[in-house]
Amino acid sequence: MIQKRLSIALAGNPNSGKTTIFNNITGTRQKVGNWPGVTVEKKEGNINKSGYDLKIIDLPGTYSLTPFSIEEIVARNFILDERPDVVIDIIDASNLERSLYLATQLREIDCKVLFALNMADVARTRGIKIDDKKLSELLAVPVVFTIGNKNKGINTLLKQAIELAESDYVIPEKRKVKYSKDIEDSISKIEHFIGNHAADSIPYNIRWTAIKLLEDDKIVKERVLEKTGKIGEDILREIHNQRNFLVDRFDDDPEIIMTDERYGFIAGIIMEVLTTSTKQRVDISRNVDLVLTNRFIGFPIFIFFIWAMFQLTFSLGAYPMDWISSGINLFSTLLAHVLPDNIFKDFLINGVIAGVGSVMIFLPNILILFFCIALFEDTGYMSRAAFLMDKIMHLIGLHGKSFIPMLMGFGCNVPAIMASRTLESEKDRTLTILITPFMSCSARLPVYIILAGAFFGAKAGTVIFGIYLLGIILSIITGRLFRSTLLRGDDAPFVMELPPYRIPMIKSLLIHMWDRSKLFLKKMGGYILAGSVVVWTLTAFPHNISYSKNYDLEIEQVKTYFQTEIEAAQESDKALLAQKLDVAVAELLTEKKAEKAEKSFMGRIGKVVAPIFSPIGIDWRGSVALLTGFVAKEIVVSTMGILYAADERENSEALKNALLSSGMTPIAALAMMVFVLLYMPCIATLAAIRRETASLKWMIFSISYSTLLAWGMAFLVYQGGTMIGV
Amino acid sequence: MLLSEMKEKQTATVVRVGGIGALRRRILEMGILKGTRIQVEKYAPLKDPVELIVKGYHVSLRVEEAAQITVENVK
Repeated sequence: MIQKRLSIALAGNPNSGKTTIFNNITGTRQKVGNWPGVTVEKKEGNINKSGYDLKIIDLPGTYSLTPFSIEEIVARNFILDERPDVVIDIIDASNLERSLYLATQLREIDCKVLFALNMADVARTRGIKIDDKKLSELLAVPVVFTIGNKNKGINTLLKQAIELAESDYVIPEKRKVKYSKDIEDSISKIEHFIGNHAADSIPYNIRWTAIKLLEDDKIVKERVLEKTGKIGEDILREIHNQRNFLVDRFDDDPEIIMTDERYGFIAGIIMEVLTTSTKQRVDISRNVDLVLTNRFIGFPIFIFFIWAMFQLTFSLGAYPMDWISSGINLFSTLLAHVLPDNIFKDFLINGVIAGVGSVMIFLPNILILFFCIALFEDTGYMSRAAFLMDKIMHLIGLHGKSFIPMLMGFGCNVPAIMASRTLESEKDRTLTILITPFMSCSARLPVYIILAGAFFGAKAGTVIFGIYLLGIILSIITGRLFRSTLLRGDDAPFVMELPPYRIPMIKSLLIHMWDRSKLFLKKMGGYILAGSVVVWTLTAFPHNISYSKNYDLEIEQVKTYFQTEIEAAQESDKALLAQKLDVAVAELLTEKKAEKAEKSFMGRIGKVVAPIFSPIGIDWRGSVALLTGFVAKEIVVSTMGILYAADERENSEALKNALLSSGMTPIAALAMMVFVLLYMPCIATLAAIRRETASLKWMIFSISYSTLLAWGMAFLVYQGGTMIGV
Repeated sequence: MLLSEMKEKQTATVVRVGGIGALRRRILEMGILKGTRIQVEKYAPLKDPVELIVKGYHVSLRVEEAAQITVENVK
């Protein structure tokens, strides 16, 4: 038997416990993705219930359905265009008055609404009593009490939702919000006008359309024009007249008056259904907040939390990172022994496994970081962090919440950019994403350590600190620049709710963490794999290189020479000679590797692009190293190791010496560090940018902007430094 | 008096919400309307933004936004 399908959308304010209810209903059977074209998270899940196949959609949390923010547009369009069978409005019972604002807007749209009065237990302890029967009667909407975090009332809620979906119930007109006489007159005039001229072409409830048009709702206006064509112009002219009349009458915009009157309607309902006992209880949340946002210790506590998150993510995360890394190495070694030597083996080990490995290795970091962020969000601390930091971030033209992603950037840009999801305004998010790569991530540090260590000796620490500082300064300048040009305008208003502190549910935290990490693995994996395969191909081919000398033969000769020497030598010298043999062979092998790299496609490309890099003091070897750094910035070091023919076994000291004797000057080294700091983000970061901005355009912009800036700054450093003779 | 001039723990009644466009409407939609009783809970450590209690919940506004709101009957 085919089960009947019903779609149920969950709407509600942020912090109303909507996600908890969604998690309780769907459990782990949920799909997380993005709403088409935007980066607002879309969650849905399917369950079976009393013979129905229910599709549950978690709409973005919003305070209203006025289409200002992308979340509101998404939520409203879903209800209008996808027409879910039932919309459940999840209402924080301890916050009834404000929650009813969204509820009244939902009731105005022609959809079947059901109220879930959530967290009824919290409300009760705060002395709030709600008469659900009266509320249900006054608003003509079924009402169910739920306690999301204890999974209470959820069954009843679903049953009621199914019942409502199967009925042909509509909210009676007389129970809807009545506006004052002048506004009602205007509404009915518009209704008539539309009814007479274009009733068939308006896809929505006519009264609702009239209200929205009167409120000067841009989206509805466009839709009406689209659907009605020529008559649309007439409708808009009528609206214009009505609006002018009302502005004259009230000395304010109709949408403002109507917002006011909706709250007036709500106040009437609240009077009838809500009783607050006068006894004052100790408000724990408020007391906690007095400490956490305290004038003197608020910041130190905040810095401690951030420090702890950093430590957990990158220090604790380093252990599982090591395990994964050894696991991958073990696997590669195993394969190296089992498979015959050929190009396929090289591809598998150095291309595929190295590529996939470089993603896998980030997983512990990502898991821990997202766990911490989920903890901040679910406890309610995230909005306090924004509250504390807003003043500082506002100077760059950003929202207080931008601080977390930017700070995380010092660890790894990938999770940092993903953490920008916590920002509500799309412009804030894009701006944060664009400047986060200037936060010098940990992968860039090895490059600085080698270069600064080789050329600046005791001053290395200061130089590296200066590089980090340069990144921060440029991010501030970039932020201000973009805010006043590309991403101008509505600097998101800081009208932010500070929800009561709550003890988070471990299940929610884990679901949250896993959802985001899964996205990381799935999406980043593909890009990084592709990128590392390309780089591998470029360095591995052409396969048959004509070497300048026959290394294999020379190695054989050296071996034979030393073997005869060793045989002839006295016992005491034998060990010494054997050592010399090893060194000589290793030197030849390193030389061979360097020549192979030079003659590979990558080396050739490096020589082609070298003229671009020569004004900033970087030779072709540096250019190749920078190109390979596209896969991951730390690869710059290993490529330099190969190209400068440093003996791998002696680690960084050898590379430092090789660099010193290569003719590189300290100022060139500094220019290269500046370039590494700023130039295009690694492929994983680009994948994250592409994903989080949902646009190829921003990714390409980020590549161009950062690379141009890098070149420009490095040019200034190199030419300027050379000129003053540093 | 302007909301931004109020001291911590003072309460007042909103007389007028000024400002323009989306921000003004957003403030209204969050329940800060003419006639609403509001309390200044506290200012952030850097004196901006400000935390208010309105209709039983806590909300924060930037000081420049609070300066658009006129209040009376300050206690």
